[in-house]
Amino acid sequence: MRGIIAAGVHIPYHRLDRSEITALFGQGGGRGTRSVASYDEDTTTMGAEAARSALRNAGDVDVDSLWFATSTPAYLEKTNATAIHAALRLAPSVGALDMGGALRSGIGTLRTALTGRSTTLVVSSDIRDGMATSGDEATGGDGAAALLVGDETAGTVIAEFVGSGVATDEILERWRIPGAPRSRVWEERFGEVAYAPLIQDAFAAALADAGVSTDDVDHLVLTGMHNRVVKRNRTRLGVPNNKIVDDLADTVGNTGTAHGALMLASALENAGPGEVIVLVVIADGTEAVVLRTTEAIVDHHASSPVSAQIAAGGSVSYGKYLSWRQMVAVEPPNRPMPNRPSASAAHRRREWKFGFVGTRDRSSQMVHLPPARVSEKGGAVDDMEPVAMADTEGTIASFTVDKLVYSPSPPVVFAVVDFDGGGRAPLELTDIAADEVKVGQRVEPTFRRLYTSDEIHNYFWKARPVRSVGAASADPPREG
Amino acid sequence: MGSHGIKDQVAIIGVGCTPFAEHWDSSLDDLIIDGAQATYASAGVAQDDIDAFWFGTSQSAASGLAMGGPLKIHGKPITRVENYCATGSEAMRQAAYAVASGAYDLVMALGAEKVKDGGYQGLNAFPIPTDGTQRTLTAAAMFSLILPAYAAKYSIDEDDLRYAVAKIAEKNHYNGARNPLAQFRRETSAEQICQMAAVAGRLSVFDCAGVADGAAGAIMCRAEDAHKYCDDPLYIKALSVVAGTGAGSLDPDYDYTTLNESKWAAEDAYSQADVTDPRAEIAMAEVHDCFTPTELVLMEDLGFSNRGEAYRDVLDGAFALDGRLPVNTDGGLKSFGHPVGASGLRMLYEVWLQLRGAAPDDRKIPAGDRTLGLTHNLGGYPGEMVSFVGIYGTEPG
Repeated sequence: MRGIIAAGVHIPYHRLDRSEITALFGQGGGRGTRSVASYDEDTTTMGAEAARSALRNAGDVDVDSLWFATSTPAYLEKTNATAIHAALRLAPSVGALDMGGALRSGIGTLRTALTGRSTTLVVSSDIRDGMATSGDEATGGDGAAALLVGDETAGTVIAEFVGSGVATDEILERWRIPGAPRSRVWEERFGEVAYAPLIQDAFAAALADAGVSTDDVDHLVLTGMHNRVVKRNRTRLGVPNNKIVDDLADTVGNTGTAHGALMLASALENAGPGEVIVLVVIADGTEAVVLRTTEAIVDHHASSPVSAQIAAGGSVSYGKYLSWRQMVAVEPPNRPMPNRPSASAAHRRREWKFGFVGTRDRSSQMVHLPPARVSEKGGAVDDMEPVAMADTEGTIASFTVDKLVYSPSPPVVFAVVDFDGGGRAPLELTDIAADEVKVGQRVEPTFRRLYTSDEIHNYFWKARPVRSVGAASADPPREG
Repeated sequence: MGSHGIKDQVAIIGVGCTPFAEHWDSSLDDLIIDGAQATYASAGVAQDDIDAFWFGTSQSAASGLAMGGPLKIHGKPITRVENYCATGSEAMRQAAYAVASGAYDLVMALGAEKVKDGGYQGLNAFPIPTDGTQRTLTAAAMFSLILPAYAAKYSIDEDDLRYAVAKIAEKNHYNGARNPLAQFRRETSAEQICQMAAVAGRLSVFDCAGVADGAAGAIMCRAEDAHKYCDDPLYIKALSVVAGTGAGSLDPDYDYTTLNESKWAAEDAYSQADVTDPRAEIAMAEVHDCFTPTELVLMEDLGFSNRGEAYRDVLDGAFALDGRLPVNTDGGLKSFGHPVGASGLRMLYEVWLQLRGAAPDDRKIPAGDRTLGLTHNLGGYPGEMVSFVGIYGTEPG
């Protein structure tokens, strides 16, 4: 048996109320909220967070490959999946590939993993934007999802892969030149007509491949960037409305490349055993995947479920959103830009910088963040063991708000964090308002982009308030 | 093993200081020349009389060439010294030890900093290539961590504590207003400071040291030679530097209510100087008030207040010009300004004036039988700093 072993998602903390768009411009916007990646998040950091969540949910599984799909990569030419690979502390023998570019790469990567043989962590992530007042701006959302795919010999399969179907066509319906600030679309009616048979064909082919009928479908995940096509076809596939999975449009928005996997993760959280889930993604044709949940789904409890992450959101103003997206240029702090990080220094310290791994002195047990060779207590030399801190919660010992220092989004909220089981690190806080911080508050590490200097993204860890249900474990740090 | 110091082996025979200001019309070279000339004049010696030079600058220049070039010092050793904001004191310490060793007869330490050519307010660290994970907070924000920690530890209302540290700025502005060399010569009140916008934690701009250009220097010789040059020299009683390990950012036991490196440097200096009761023996002190909370906890780390009581002593005026132990009688970093490499020697300049009765009348400390002055100079942040304490006296031991 082969299928999905675990799922994990990352929905950014911030929500934009769409009515703010209408209020400012007198047009655009709409009902509900959309998720907004913070200024310190990109598709790589969001992907890393989703992947961490999936691996936490999976338990002890050896991953062979990490595949990362996004239409908004942080880098071209340089692989982005390697940063996620490093944040997850995967072994060098584990592959890491970007599958980016097209919106279709999300579902395509998942189907390729399901039809393949290796244990593959499929990560999809997107930041959806568009010009102010555009439909893309309002209906888009930011987020990431990770699905661990493998055989039952690798881990416990919660949803078995039972079939798939594909209908590919060359359609100029939605496109974007690399680096352009917005996507372009052909008139809506063309897509409606062109997509209709492709959806039917892929859906039918997938059901036939799986040996199931429309009546057997318990959960239909249907998504794509063409809103009218998606809406029309909800009723045309013959699956009753109550079996169609909520597309999260009112709360998160459409996360593009990630959205199929995000909705699938949501469906898995709500599915019982032996239920058929069909995932249909419309993009330059249609790809469909059929899964059947196993008995193991009963015991699969996401550490940070989709619903909990949606509920934990906090608002961001439209002005802040526009400045984060560089749609509006705001006055930067009159301070020098931080120096670009050194590639060689970062490489030497990749376990610390990307993996948040410190050291513990074997004789005094003192945890050193960042890693040290000589112990602060007792002075033992080179007698340290690695200690992974990324899943360890901590408590704010003291904090301050710095309105003078450079930040992509001032002010900097900063805390001295004492970690459970030992270790202290001064860390920037994120996903928190300056007036929310308190001494004694519980925080957890999160992988972020501190700033970009000289076209180098400086990734490192920050701390954020523990908000989601059962987020990180409160156990002492596990051994490196 | 032991820290023995050089008590009464070295005399200070002249100290000079330029005005500290935004010297838009002066280059680093100008500051070096003006600082050196003021120092030569104070000692009554010529440049050619000096055998060796130590030049302290944190970020304005590198190497001894930066001093030798503008002053045209020919064929002499010049050593550039850097130790964060304690650079000036460190230059002086190196020069003093060189005399004590017998290597030279007459030495000079000069500190200078040109900070106002950078185009940004405040001090900005020289960029060293790193892995990009280092904290990038301002010093103001780092020192602002003291206030909530101190308030919690001693059960003081945060608003009351905020007012108390504003009183420190008020005192230092009062003193600076009486100092013709100071950057800020206007008095201000604690009430006004409390009403200003916070920029880092609870701290406003007026809780921060002035950022100024300037230079200061000192000339030293063996104690037995002092009267060849000067009728009223100062004698070095103690020079101590402690560099930390950055333990405060590492060790959950550190609580941000003390500056350990400063405490240890003070203990070492008192031991070198045979000072057993600093409150009874020290006539006045110049301390590193880079931010108002720094001076608060320093009163405890230097032994001028009991633990948890500096807050009360500040409100009682214990460290005012007419208090029981005047602190920062020249206005301190707060009002005199802080040209990094010069500040430690600027502190010595005020001790030079006060102990010898040469300070202007309107900021002269009350006459008494205490003959010792202290300078305290630090660089870094709470929990990770270098710290210097020097003690000087008018009487040889």
